This record gives sequence, C-alpha cells and structure tokens, in this order.
Amino acid sequence: MKPKQSFYERHEELILGGAAVAVTIAVWQALWSAGKISPLFLSGPSAIAKQFVYGLRRGTLLSDMAYSGTNFAIGFALAVVSGVVLGVILGWYRRARLVFDPFMNALYATPRIAMVPMIIIWFGVGMGSKIFIIFITAFFAILINTVAGVRNIDRDLLRAARAYCASDWQIFTTLALPGSVPFILTGVRQGVALGLIGMVVGEMFGGSQGIGFMVAYGGQTFATDTLFVGVLIVAFSGILLTWLAERLERRFSRWKPER
Amino acid sequence: MLKLEVDHVSKRYWLEREGREAPALIDVSLSVSDGEFMAIVGPSGCGKTSLLNIIAGLLPYEEGSVSIDGRKIQGPGIDRAVVFQHSSLLPWRTIAGNVRYGMELQRRFEKAVMAERTEYFIQLVGLAGFERHFPSELSGGMQQRVNLARALAADPAVLLMDEPFAALDAQTREFMQAELLKIWAKARKTVLFITHQINEAIYLADRVAVMSSRPGRMKDVFQVPFGRPRALHLKREPRFLELEDAIWQLIEEEAKDMHAVVTAD
Repeated sequence: MKPKQSFYERHEELILGGAAVAVTIAVWQALWSAGKISPLFLSGPSAIAKQFVYGLRRGTLLSDMAYSGTNFAIGFALAVVSGVVLGVILGWYRRARLVFDPFMNALYATPRIAMVPMIIIWFGVGMGSKIFIIFITAFFAILINTVAGVRNIDRDLLRAARAYCASDWQIFTTLALPGSVPFILTGVRQGVALGLIGMVVGEMFGGSQGIGFMVAYGGQTFATDTLFVGVLIVAFSGILLTWLAERLERRFSRWKPER
Repeated sequence: MLKLEVDHVSKRYWLEREGREAPALIDVSLSVSDGEFMAIVGPSGCGKTSLLNIIAGLLPYEEGSVSIDGRKIQGPGIDRAVVFQHSSLLPWRTIAGNVRYGMELQRRFEKAVMAERTEYFIQLVGLAGFERHFPSELSGGMQQRVNLARALAADPAVLLMDEPFAALDAQTREFMQAELLKIWAKARKTVLFITHQINEAIYLADRVAVMSSRPGRMKDVFQVPFGRPRALHLKREPRFLELEDAIWQLIEEEAKDMHAVVTAD
C-alpha cells in the first residue's frame, strides 16, 4: 500500500516549478511596466503576448508555424526511417560497419551546422534545403544509437539462444531487434532536440518564412517582442516533442525494472 | 539404457596472456543412463562448466566424442536443453513468452501445442498466475523456475543444468532443490546437474561424479544410496553426512595439492 500523501506532496514538482515560473514572469512584467527595461534589448511579457496575438490575427504566425512544422515533420521522418534502417544494417553486418565507419565518424565529429552553406548550394534556399538540414542534424543521433542498440546483445542471452539452436536470423529478430528498441527511442529523443536546432538554423540562413526566419528578422529589426514569440514557440515545441518522445520511450521499456 | 555418453573428451584453452595452450579437460568420460539424475561436483575452475558447454554443443573440443542415444552430437541440438546459472531470460518478454522461447527457436511444435506446453510447464514449476509478468518483476528463485520451465517445455532428451541455484540465497536454494526433485519426478528427464556444492549434488542425484581441477579430470563416481522421494532433512542424517564427508575428502586432497603447487610457485 502506498502511504497517503497530501495534495501538496502529490503535486510538489508542479507546484514549486509553476510558482517559480509565475514569480519570474511577474517580476519581469513589473520591471517592464515600470519602464526599467529598454524594449531594444529585452521585451516584456505583456508586449510578447500582444505580439503573439497580433501575429495570430494577421495569420503570418500560423503560416510560419505551418511552414516550419511541415519541414520538421518531413525532415525528421526521413531521419528516423533512414537512421533506423541504416543503423540496423550497420549494427548487424560487421563488414558494412567497417566500410562506413570512417565516414560516420568524420560526419559525426563535424558540427552539422558547418554544412549548411554547402546544403544551400545543393538545394537552394527553399524547402528542400530546410528539410535536408533538419534531416542531417537529427539523423546521426538516431543512426549511432541504433547501431549501438543492435550490437548490444547480452552475452548470456546469446548463449541461451544458441543452446536452443537459434539461427542467425532468429538471433537478429528475437534478440538484436527488440533489444535495440530502447536505444532507438533514445536516439529519437536526442534527434528531436537536434532537429529543432537544424530547423531554426536552416531558416536563418536564407528564405523568408518560418519560425527561424521570424527570430532572425526580429533580431535584425530590433523587434525583440517578435524575436521572443519565435523563441518561445520553438521552446514549447521542443518541450512538447521531447515529452512525447520520453513517453514513447517509457511505453516501450515497460519491462525494465522500475527505478 | 545409455542416454548420454561422454567418451574420452579433452579440451585445451589458448591462454592469450601467457601465449600458450593449457589443458582444461583431460580424458573425461561419463555415462548417464536414461532417466538418471547425474550430478558433477568439483572445485571452481575444474572445467565442469566447460564440460557442460561441450555437451550442450556450445564449445568445440579437441579429442573424444559426446553422444546422445548413440549419435555423436554436432553443435547444439533439440535433444538437449540448458538451465543456465544466470536465468538468461529475455527481459522484454513476459514469463509465458520466455517459456515459449526455446520451443519457438527449435520450431518443433505447432502453435497450439506450444501454447498448451507453455501453460503446462508454467503450472508445473509453480508460476501459474505470473504468465504476463516480466522477469524483472520476479525474484531470483522465480526466475530460475522460468529458466527450468523453458528448458523442460522444449522437451529435451537430456536436461543440462549449470549451477542453476548458485546465485540464490541459502534458503531459497534449499527450497528450489526440493522443488526440482518434485518437478523431476513428474517430468522424468535424464539430467546432468553441475554444482560446486557437495550436499546439493548428493541430495538431488542418483550418482555423483567428482572432478579434479586444473586440468579437469574425472576422479570418481559415487552411487547415492538413498531412495526417493527425499525429504530435505535427509541432509542432516548421519549416512548423508558420511557420504558428503567422503566426497569432501576426495576434493580436499585435490585442494591441498593445488594449494601446495600455488605456494611452491
């Protein structure tokens, strides 16, 4: 039986965290209202909210969000599919891994952002380059985690499977694949965060749409409230997507001992 | 009737660090008849687990032969199943999924038969009601029951057990020994049971083979004179302790020799 907990004990995390955020915003707003903050350097909560509503009314905000969101969805989906497929192949076939290893290591060690100008030369400033940048930033985290997951077969389990006459294919399907699922989901979670960086950076380098563009434009025109709206949207998207990925991770590791 | 025959088997290991070969098993012979419970005891490092791995077909060997029902074994086979020291259960599969696993890999039974056997053997090892639990939710003793059920469900001709209770605490171990005898009385398999505990070997087995260490040799085989079923308090009876003492002395000689060699070095 769980011991009885008070309302506060049950929601301690939410209450303390929420209070801290509320106090921060209140102090910020108070300073802003008192005119202690220059709108050139830092906006205030009410101004940001106003800008947000204005953007929604004008419809530009939604179309920017749709543009970025579509790019992200396509780029990220491509990264997941190709990262998992290639990762499984490289994890399972040693020779293939040895062939690809130097390229993987070189690309993994290079900040993907350094490739952005090259990618724009290849794909232009339109959606193509945005999608590819998101793809390439998210891809490696998924690939490398998948490879590690497939290779990470427990020796005791392998011995047991062999003793029961398992074929290589059976070892692949019953040990390597299911064992790699938590690794793949970790890769997906890391890929979300990295892909969002790719999304913002890609839009800053060219084009005239999207949340990243909005942030860059806000910065160039000293419209700090617009800038903040963009940053907050990206922040909330990140929180939401990471939360979803974590839930997915937990859903597929029900069998793990509870911590 | 002869079930399992190990005939003059020798095994050498390559010692990477010393750059030379060392014998692990020398000229080991052993025969187990149909339905017999045979135990092998020996000090750690006597190569008893190597011997079991050879019989399981998991380890190659240089000389001699291992045969079951007169046929020489070639690698792992459906005529053997192993209960490992570490339960080696798939953590992402439920208990039922794990019990089915061995049968699944061996592809011997139809789906419906597999389901039936899974249910039957889960019941037999006393885990009814735990079918849908995951291994991490079970105690060490319960996990070893699953390990045993998986092996029995695969319907092997010979059941190989590699110190299956060594990792359990003393009380659970005693209890599991008694449970194993009950299950064995129903399943009636030929069993080869490896252990380093002399009283475990005597309590469980019809015969106890004693191995010497480094390199592993067969030293002697003792007939266990006690009838079945055996109660746990048999272990405290004088004639049990006498047999235990006799086997212990045989191993102790060995241990002394070994110790002498170590000190001489």
